[in-house]
Amino acid sequence: MNFEIILEAWPLFAKGVWITLHLTVLALSLGFVIALPAALSLHHKGRFHRVWGAYVYVFRGTPLLVQTYLIYYGLSQFDWVRSSFLWGAPGFLDGTWLGAVWPSLKSAWWCALIAFSLNSGAYQAEILRGGLAVVPEGELEGAKSLGLNPSQVTRLVLLPSALRRALPQYGNEIVFMLHGSVVASVITIQDILGAGRTLNARHYVAYEGFLTSAALYMAITFAVVWVFRLVERRYLRHLNIRTAKPKGAGAPGIAGIGGVAWR
Amino acid sequence: MAVLSLVLATFLGALGAIAKLSGGMLPTGVAGIYTTIVRGVPDLVLILLIYFGGQRLVNDIGRGLDLDYIEVSKFWSGVVSIGFIYGAYLTETFRGAYLSVPKGQPEAAYALGLNRGQTLRLVTLPQLLRHALPGYGNVWMVLVKSTAVVSVIGLEDLVGLADKAGKSTREPFLFFTAVILVYLAITAASNWGLRQVDRRVSKGITA
Repeated sequence: MNFEIILEAWPLFAKGVWITLHLTVLALSLGFVIALPAALSLHHKGRFHRVWGAYVYVFRGTPLLVQTYLIYYGLSQFDWVRSSFLWGAPGFLDGTWLGAVWPSLKSAWWCALIAFSLNSGAYQAEILRGGLAVVPEGELEGAKSLGLNPSQVTRLVLLPSALRRALPQYGNEIVFMLHGSVVASVITIQDILGAGRTLNARHYVAYEGFLTSAALYMAITFAVVWVFRLVERRYLRHLNIRTAKPKGAGAPGIAGIGGVAWR
Repeated sequence: MAVLSLVLATFLGALGAIAKLSGGMLPTGVAGIYTTIVRGVPDLVLILLIYFGGQRLVNDIGRGLDLDYIEVSKFWSGVVSIGFIYGAYLTETFRGAYLSVPKGQPEAAYALGLNRGQTLRLVTLPQLLRHALPGYGNVWMVLVKSTAVVSVIGLEDLVGLADKAGKSTREPFLFFTAVILVYLAITAASNWGLRQVDRRVSKGITA
């Protein structure tokens, strides 16, 4: 182990941490925007629930790496994609701020973000659907009898209750997305792992870069787990009253285990 | 490859669960560190670490022993990495399953005069199996998907081959779509298979 070169490369890793966090947070947020209508549609057996079901099935049933490859390498095969606005900002936007942030399939960053968001959206939809399914019927009947209309019931009662119940799995999803974001380094993005690989290649070493990346990921993971433990204690307090602590991990395979990533 | 990894993972998982349940300080500590580290670090990082770091380690040892350059097989480092990672997850699955078998069951078995081995084989294991199956199936699904990541170290698995074929024919979309279909077929088949096994081990239990 050579700690000097690790210290020397810290700006590289700092940038990597920033990119990883940035990518993960954006993907999770965009994924939530996709997941919300998907979960509601699946729960209520809405008009498009079969379409949403297929989306969730495909994205949960295939590796994130392949999805990312398909978008990054796959889509560029088509001429119509390359000549359309998807490939870059229209010419008249050149030099404006909109031209600078235009989502382009040419850039690895946007491809990774799109793939991660779609992937996370599918997993989050399933988590939310599970949350919606366990909201007790009585809560909704109570809301109805108070004279709330269907959209108010959904907005004020169903969703808050479901989101709370989905919290533990949400913690898992965040850790999973964080771990999934290493795929970005495969398509040339300098995230934490990318920084580690650069370090290894630059100094022709084998452990230093990877071990530093591993330590950084572990630190972020435990920070997330810790925050979620606090949030859960705060928001799930009403569900814990008088329930004796279940022995062991409880029903295996349902709620995930321990609290750390699990998929 | 997925199957071999699963065998290794099952072995490590069982070992880890026994260590955690044994109550001894050293085994519990070692197993605790193992599961914590593995679950805190992304799989790709571990695979790269084991492949490149392992290569260096083996050769450092080899140089000390005056051996020639040793090439670590990509396939086997993939199997070892993935087995190592999912062993940690299975440790927790097995531990949870063991703990969810009511204590009265083995006690009743002892009372009927069965010895330790018989109790384990006839009473605890069948029930443990039923509790562990959902988690086990889950791990299998994740494991299948994470084998895709191994193509990053240059192994010619499904994804690696599709990448190559896509580059040489300049039709990557076609090949990656095919890969997606294959993975979907594998997950669908495993889903079906797991349901059959689940029905078999849950016989006589009404949910």
